[in-house]
Amino acid sequence: MERIPILKMGEYLLVTIQVDMHDRLALTLQEDLTSQIVKSRARGVLIDISALEMVDSFIGRMLGAIASMARLLDAQTVVVGMQPSVAITLVELGMSLQGIRTALDVEKGMVALMSSIREAGEDGDASPEF
Amino acid sequence: MAMRVLNSESIPISTAEDIVRVRQAVRRSAVSLGFGIVDQTKIVTASSELARNALDYGGGGTVQVEVVQNETRSGVRLVFEDQGPGIPDIALALTDGYTSGNGMGLGLSGAKRLSHEFDIWSKPGSGTRVSILRWK
Repeated sequence: MERIPILKMGEYLLVTIQVDMHDRLALTLQEDLTSQIVKSRARGVLIDISALEMVDSFIGRMLGAIASMARLLDAQTVVVGMQPSVAITLVELGMSLQGIRTALDVEKGMVALMSSIREAGEDGDASPEF
Repeated sequence: MAMRVLNSESIPISTAEDIVRVRQAVRRSAVSLGFGIVDQTKIVTASSELARNALDYGGGGTVQVEVVQNETRSGVRLVFEDQGPGIPDIALALTDGYTSGNGMGLGLSGAKRLSHEFDIWSKPGSGTRVSILRWK
């Protein structure tokens, strides 16, 4: 079965989407990523969509679902490399991908990922005030 | 004004892979007319939404991908047809956020916003036809 590769780098998982995904492939990626997060105890997921020439509501929804599921599994997600034409179209379509952290490129994405993992850690460590 | 069809291609929509094929055919037509990258992306994205609607709600169908021209301009016209259950309330179906499936309900309204012309015809029990046009 066709699959999108997931690379593990330390406590991060990296995914580069390079094909025009059909719906089933998108769902497989969602399942593979969530099981990989648990298996490799990843803290962050970086998804590079710079090769995607189109993001429709299905793919947008999938990205949002991945970010939510990852958060439940104590991992942060950053989507990087969205093409300007894709951003323009997504907003006109009515999807602003709220709840998904984005960055312009992989380098900025890694910085964002590290800082959001640090923030999440601080929130989790905060002791309750009585 | 008279509209001429310069090129026309019919693509079946019966699997998820067909949605990808529709996107590719629409992209080819848009490129052949010299659409800029933003216009290409808009019509391709609209086609993806409508192809998925035809598959998920219409039980599959076809799309006619056409390059059209009138006296002043040219564009890409897409006519989606299915023989599914139809849409009982089109105005409701065009409302943002309305969904009868598990989507977010952006398919029809989003495709309309991404097009210059939008027509929908539907009869409960007979199917749905959606036509969109984006001028260059």
